[in-house]
Amino acid sequence: MDITVTVNGTTYERDVEPRKLLIHFLRDDLDLTGSHIGCDTGNCGACSVIYDGVLVKSCMLLAVQANGSTIETVEGLADDDELTPLQQAFNEHHALQCGYCTPGMLMSATALLRENPSPSEDEIKKALQGNICRCTGYWNIVEAVKSVAK
Amino acid sequence: MLLREVEYAKPGSVAEALELLGANDGARALAGGQTLVNVMKARAASPDALVDLNGLEELRGIELAGDGTLTIGAMTTYSEIVASAEAKARPILGEVCATIADVQVRNRGTIGGNLCSNDPTNHLPPLMVSVGARMTIAGAEGEREVSADEFFLGVYLTAVGPGELLTAISIPAGKNDGFAAITLGADGTCICNAAATVNGAVRVALGCVDAVPVLVTADSPDGIAEAVRSANLMPPSDVHATSDYRIHLATVLAERAAAEAASR
Repeated sequence: MDITVTVNGTTYERDVEPRKLLIHFLRDDLDLTGSHIGCDTGNCGACSVIYDGVLVKSCMLLAVQANGSTIETVEGLADDDELTPLQQAFNEHHALQCGYCTPGMLMSATALLRENPSPSEDEIKKALQGNICRCTGYWNIVEAVKSVAK
Repeated sequence: MLLREVEYAKPGSVAEALELLGANDGARALAGGQTLVNVMKARAASPDALVDLNGLEELRGIELAGDGTLTIGAMTTYSEIVASAEAKARPILGEVCATIADVQVRNRGTIGGNLCSNDPTNHLPPLMVSVGARMTIAGAEGEREVSADEFFLGVYLTAVGPGELLTAISIPAGKNDGFAAITLGADGTCICNAAATVNGAVRVALGCVDAVPVLVTADSPDGIAEAVRSANLMPPSDVHATSDYRIHLATVLAERAAAEAASR
């Protein structure tokens, strides 16, 4: 099926099989490998992207469902080499160890801060519930998000 | 994970969706996909075609009638229920939806999908039984209404037959509700859950103890533990809980949910 999808401001037209998951479309067809596949069962959140303004796990959507949609991935956060305040905070607070979960954590925290620029610690933890850090480095991730909360 | 080959259709109306589902025995309705896509990965389900209900605005939204009855479109997401001012007319709905899985799943998962998948560990089947919801099912012959008591038929099986769709859920006015669950981690999968409503008598629907929610009633919250014991539950044992332990949990959770319902 022919689909048209706008990712990080660029519009792509591609022919995809209906069985292709959105995460595979992003990584394999568009070469946007920032979004990761962790568990492939909808649990870990490494594949989280913002889909028409809503945070979703891209391993539980088909690429064909994204026809006509606007998607933001981790590659769209920084402006060239200039990190967003959230990304900078992850750097400063050592909020990543192996880094595998980081793209999903950043997208979840970005979605949270857009909706609620002043989240409490509990609200941050609840917002990151769908993202698993296998290094268990949650403390510094929450600290990083707290530091950019207004 | 590469899924098995599957056809895909995105109907523009409920009527067109019913036609597509009726024309192909191997077609399945795709709601939020937070269960179906994963069971397709595991090959636990291998539909020949998916009929995508996303985009059918007639299946979305929450209406509050003058008598307090809520009508919720089957494709309304958990997040939409949590955020809805109308849904606060029956506060337990948003409270329970806010504890399902995580933000991403709540943003995509739908009330209709939760009910139609009827996994015994789901939150909403017992809740719909306790609040006395009614389900509207559309098919080629028109619409029919089924009470929550009669909607759940077995594991992954409901009154929605081949070629049919759950279109809306109607929930009567009320606020004396409670919900209690023991989960795998905060907001995780339920090991056992109980939904209670006090409206004169106490109604408690127990989840995770049988293929469908088990309804027990008592004259007062004090009588609910005895009512659970008298129900002769025979829940399955699994890695998370033995059968006996699930019966214990059901008793404790029924009491907690009933106490919460009675206190409101």
